[in-house]
Amino acid sequence: MAYPTGVPTKITQGSRTQGGIGESTLRPDGTLKVTGEFAYSSDLWHEDMLWGQILRSTVAHAEIVSIDTGEALALPGVYAVLTYDDLPTDVRHYGLEIQDTPVLAHGRVRHHGEPVAIVAADHPETARRAAAKIKVEYRELPVVTDEASATAPDAVLLHENRTDHHIGHVPHPNIVHRQPIVRGDVAAARERADVIVTGEYTFGMQDQAFLGPESGLAVPEEDGGVHLYIATQWLHSDLRQMSPVLGLPEDKVRMTLAGVGGAFGGREDLSMQIHACLLALRTGKPVKIVYNRFESFFGHVHRHPAKLTYEHGATRDGKLTHVKARIVLDGGAYASASPAVVGNASSLGVGPYAVDDVDIEAIALYTNNPPCGAMRGFGAVQACFAYEAQMDKVARELGLDPVEFRQRNAMEQGTLLPTGQPVDSPAPVAELLRRVKAMPMPPERQWESSEGADVRQLPGGLSNTTHGEGVVRGVGYAVGIKNVGFSEGFDDYSTARVRMEVVGGEPVATVHTAMAEVGQGGVTVHAQIARTELGVTQVTIHPADTRVGSAGSTSASRQTYVTGGAVKNACELVREKVLEIGRRKFGSYHPAWATAELLLEGGKVVTDGGETLADLADVLEGEAVEVEEEWRHRPTEPFDLRTGQGHGHVQYSFAAHRAVVEVDTELGLVKVVELACAQDVGKALNPLSVVGQIQGGTTQGLGIAVMEEIVVDPTTAKVRNPSFTDYLIPTILDTPTIPVDVLELADEHAPYGLRGIGEAPTLSSTPAVLAAIRDATGLALDRTPVRPEHLTGL
Amino acid sequence: MRVNLTVNGRPQEADDVWEGESLLYVLRERLGLPGSKNACEQGECGSCTVRLDGVPVCSCLVAAGQAEGREVVTVEGLADDEELAPIQQAFIDAGAVQCGFCTPGLLVAADEMLERNPSPSDADIREALSGNLCRCTGYEKIMDAVRLAAARRTEGV
Amino acid sequence: MDFLRPASWEEALAAKAEHPSAVPIAGGTDVMVEINFDHRRPEYLMDLNRIPELTDWEVGEESVRLGASVPYTRIMEHLRTELPGLALAAHTVASPQIRNRGGVGGNLGTASPAGDAHPALLAAGAEVEAVSVRGTRMIPIDDFYTGVKRNALAPDELIRAVHVSKADGPQQFAKVGTRNAMVIAVCAFGLALHPATRTVRTGIGSAAPTPVRARTAEEFLAAALEEGGFWDNGKVVTPSVAQEFARLCSAACNPIDDVRGTAGYRRHAIGVLARRTLTWTWESYRTAAGEGKAA
Repeated sequence: MAYPTGVPTKITQGSRTQGGIGESTLRPDGTLKVTGEFAYSSDLWHEDMLWGQILRSTVAHAEIVSIDTGEALALPGVYAVLTYDDLPTDVRHYGLEIQDTPVLAHGRVRHHGEPVAIVAADHPETARRAAAKIKVEYRELPVVTDEASATAPDAVLLHENRTDHHIGHVPHPNIVHRQPIVRGDVAAARERADVIVTGEYTFGMQDQAFLGPESGLAVPEEDGGVHLYIATQWLHSDLRQMSPVLGLPEDKVRMTLAGVGGAFGGREDLSMQIHACLLALRTGKPVKIVYNRFESFFGHVHRHPAKLTYEHGATRDGKLTHVKARIVLDGGAYASASPAVVGNASSLGVGPYAVDDVDIEAIALYTNNPPCGAMRGFGAVQACFAYEAQMDKVARELGLDPVEFRQRNAMEQGTLLPTGQPVDSPAPVAELLRRVKAMPMPPERQWESSEGADVRQLPGGLSNTTHGEGVVRGVGYAVGIKNVGFSEGFDDYSTARVRMEVVGGEPVATVHTAMAEVGQGGVTVHAQIARTELGVTQVTIHPADTRVGSAGSTSASRQTYVTGGAVKNACELVREKVLEIGRRKFGSYHPAWATAELLLEGGKVVTDGGETLADLADVLEGEAVEVEEEWRHRPTEPFDLRTGQGHGHVQYSFAAHRAVVEVDTELGLVKVVELACAQDVGKALNPLSVVGQIQGGTTQGLGIAVMEEIVVDPTTAKVRNPSFTDYLIPTILDTPTIPVDVLELADEHAPYGLRGIGEAPTLSSTPAVLAAIRDATGLALDRTPVRPEHLTGL
Repeated sequence: MRVNLTVNGRPQEADDVWEGESLLYVLRERLGLPGSKNACEQGECGSCTVRLDGVPVCSCLVAAGQAEGREVVTVEGLADDEELAPIQQAFIDAGAVQCGFCTPGLLVAADEMLERNPSPSDADIREALSGNLCRCTGYEKIMDAVRLAAARRTEGV
Repeated sequence: MDFLRPASWEEALAAKAEHPSAVPIAGGTDVMVEINFDHRRPEYLMDLNRIPELTDWEVGEESVRLGASVPYTRIMEHLRTELPGLALAAHTVASPQIRNRGGVGGNLGTASPAGDAHPALLAAGAEVEAVSVRGTRMIPIDDFYTGVKRNALAPDELIRAVHVSKADGPQQFAKVGTRNAMVIAVCAFGLALHPATRTVRTGIGSAAPTPVRARTAEEFLAAALEEGGFWDNGKVVTPSVAQEFARLCSAACNPIDDVRGTAGYRRHAIGVLARRTLTWTWESYRTAAGEGKAA
């Protein structure tokens, strides 16, 4: 079989100024971050500042009979206690797409940990004591926790009298959104199938577990407005939701991005933003709110847990005939990003394979479980776990090598997705699998040393559970497809303001966007783009705030593409203006000003032939050139509500993994020995950051494979493990070496040919680990995370 | 209550300390040293790691009053005057910093490990840093950074 | 809340007598979590860090008098020979940072069934030195754990030290957690061979309301070893003996289902750990015996 060779694409745009794109330049915030001087949102301090505290519901579903704040208010040091009744306007709900989330509970709480009242006091302990003195009387209601209880004819409705735009096409008011994807004729295709394989899969609720807790500082301003310093993923989306609740026009709610300690989707929804502003406006004092880890588990949405039912058919020669699937996502009490998660899970539900006959249905439920929304991989993760398990099952049924079977069905450029949309850029699915399979295997029994077994390299690790007994190795493969950017017709733009001027004789570019730097390295890339396009060495990254237009969300693997694209575009416009000034000033001295293609390089205007025409310092002198422009990628369209047909996606990102695990089969403990990854990134603007993203995403996938799960009690809908003692994320001893093979096949539609990269590695990592554990144990394993009791049958 | 302690070589005094406050809170909110981070406040993540009389500890689990009269070194105390400590430079160079919230604790822990064990094996590094969670990097670049700092240290001798 | 800072052991005892509700804090690894998360607001917090003798240990003829606050790191580093089981258990405690602060006194004071030191103490044999202004009493470790997070201390008593019998044979400790480091025990098992008395002792953690010994299993194994002449002939323990020992250890559990694991799994895992640690300790014993070092 022939595969594309994967020759890296040459990017010729821009100049060759040092520190430009394609280099592993270092983070501009690196020094501040290693010295402890980088100001995260929880580090902020203001003279005379108060501390905010949120009182949350202790039950999942109840009527609020009464709230008595008297004792709390009487406590010395308490400045304000607010409930629903104190909200300043009639807009008392917010939400990313559907405004169904109460700022503070009104008459009813719908999930464990829902905000009921807020307090401001002079010390966090005073605020906590006051919150504890608020008397809330609940009358408990029955909980709905799964599809059966949520869609029963007599089920309690989470939201009565829905008016959102999905209510018209859902079969039950406790279903947020439903998206079928129907293509071809599954019934006919089933007739052609030599083997049919079915499976039911369960995906646990994962937490983003970013380390920097939700936090921010709201400072009241003299004009009656408020300035919020906040860790978020999308300043303008926060602003749009906050301003009507606060009763302030958007220009009186100023937002500045504070340092963000990771996000992974968990900061796409509001957390304490409105609460801090309300308290600041009420008390006239700056108010800081910092969640602790316990509260953080209640303070943001999680990854949707899911039940997935699949049927795959294939012919003897190893070609898929059809895929039929039903994906039920638990959205919890409020909608958050559920509709878009449904769109992704359904439209990407067959994975990176060419299948003509498809029948998929995905729904998201309203339940009394914790609200779920955005997390790295966003709907595509859950589906990938299931369809990759299915691919292994079919391969085994056909007696084919699992990689070979995947390659025979791999999509390529030109393949139609089940939505009818052609994949119009490289789709090197078979090649990624080939590469990841070709990587050298880690040595066997690497835990053996001259002094006996090194338990640190065995399942169980430091806990000393095995010295090699019961340990079996397994190998597994998986590959996935993730859409890049916001899909389904969303106006997914970004804005960049770029300024160029001469400071101290040196040309300097300033890049100002509202992009939330959450750790991904967007600020590094923006400086690289400016250097490449404007030929300057010095680039200043202006702090992100709402004084510039929206950058959209730092999610959906989109920021390097979209805000990177906006920065590139603004730089090009600045360059044109600079060249215009140059032509005006110096055009008469050299014909090349009029005839040659001109670049800015090394602080000079040069021809594409390399001839220097002028120093930028001489061109600009005292002048500053500034451009602010919005930039958009290609438009998309919504999926048809009955058939799911439509050009809904912008771009795709592909990654493949090979997992090597060692399982203590007697105790059911797992050590992941290696997680090799191959990913097509289009163009690596910063190779060091690219590899860092891939390794980080891979590790989050490992977490959901073997340990991470928010456990919700099915009878009470209460969270049982809201702490880092019982919600476990991988330590450095759980994480293997992660060799990465980066492929660069340009997408001609994207700036520099790049692909969004952050999410794809989180998709395939989980099913690869599960496949490896199945290989080691011979067990079916239809749920993730896999726990010791699943591996021991107990 | 009042707490006196030495932080990064300087005598410090904190007044009106509530008895339930942690050393972490005092450092961050009273002494203007927010470098030590508040990621879990239950000793499960290591972001608040400082050296207490030379020994790495989770400052969130030290009651403020227990720090009375003792020597504390935080991430702010790693750099020498204007020059970064080798472990700090190595974290930047190796790409071990993404969101950076785990970085201060990791730096204090890694710095102390290299002091004890200048040429650690990979397993030694993993064991020494097993109390420091990172959610962004997958730890590979952190391993690179510690190896780099160890190598530079050896070359420098 | 009041913060008491006794400068000496006598001051601490006097303070505890005056304020029996005072919560002692040493490593802080339990107490501060409860305070940070607002689960506990003691009237008095009593810092024991200022009392140097609590962080000292004395190696005697029969036992080690281990100060209540000797950090786990020191136990790992300095007491591997005398207290091998406890040193192994110490190595599994949380993280390096926690091991630098936490000590056995805290584990005993909290008396959580999940405390890592308990199975090792039960297996080695130990006495808790409980002291009050009224005097000192030695509480055998077997009588110390009285219920879930309850112990035999009187309200005015503090733990001065734990006297752990010095190893007279190989000891092992193993714990199951769902992460390869920094994890609370799903269950744990300690085993000590006592060739001097031709007995074995066990300790089980996180698989019953309190840390427990598997006494029937101990008696069975001791009898089987005696009967087969194993102590003298240095033969490999017959698989059927190891299996029965494992079964009896499982049977000694009285676990619950919780968020960390199921009862069924805990029972099963204790059996596996019992069998493995028996193999490891017996292999050490045979090897040492072969080299003429056995007791």
